[in-house]
Amino acid sequence: MLKIYDGGLNVATILKEWYEEEATSNYGAFIPFIGTIRDEDGIEGLSFDIYEPILEKWFKEWQEKAKAKNAIIKMAHSRGDVLLHQSSYIAAVFSPKRRVALEFIDEFVENFKASAPIWKYDLKNGKRIYALDRSTAIKGSGLLAKEYS
Amino acid sequence: MVRVEFLGPIQKDALELEITNLSELATILQETPEMAEWLSNSAVAVNDTLVSSLNYPLKDGDKVSMLPPVCGG
Repeated sequence: MLKIYDGGLNVATILKEWYEEEATSNYGAFIPFIGTIRDEDGIEGLSFDIYEPILEKWFKEWQEKAKAKNAIIKMAHSRGDVLLHQSSYIAAVFSPKRRVALEFIDEFVENFKASAPIWKYDLKNGKRIYALDRSTAIKGSGLLAKEYS
Repeated sequence: MVRVEFLGPIQKDALELEITNLSELATILQETPEMAEWLSNSAVAVNDTLVSSLNYPLKDGDKVSMLPPVCGG
């Protein structure tokens, strides 16, 4: 399950929903990761662009990986502006045993950071500034640059 | 006609081009000054699948997307 929301995420509502959806699915472990916007470098918040067609394909691949481990994965992410102390990202793994879920959430969140087609901007002095220095080039980037031709 | 879209922070309108492979697109974009900072750090997708070969053939109606560095979460 992948859901995109406009603005900050309602953490309590989303976690409650996910918990209730799987309450009787016989998973022994439910491990959520909740990302929130920290007050740092004078930002007023963060803002996000998302390219959904590729995000959905990427997520589907991870759903298959989870399935192979008898686990499931759920994810929610914000689009647009998210203010300080609000959440922009929640991911969770449900699995029969805790070890699988603990390892899977780590692998999933790291890969998400490096591959998911989402772009982050700092909101500063009313401006939206692309966070290039905190961003990662997707694997295989540079195909159209001169050194490849 | 192939549609080329520039995602996220790349401030460029989509292009409609008569091209038959990615190599031709590379040549065009290398001559586009505003793309100079993006070509070396952007990934390329054709019809929403990431590709890794310049020989990748393009046909009428295809969509190419340029994806600059990402940072979700």
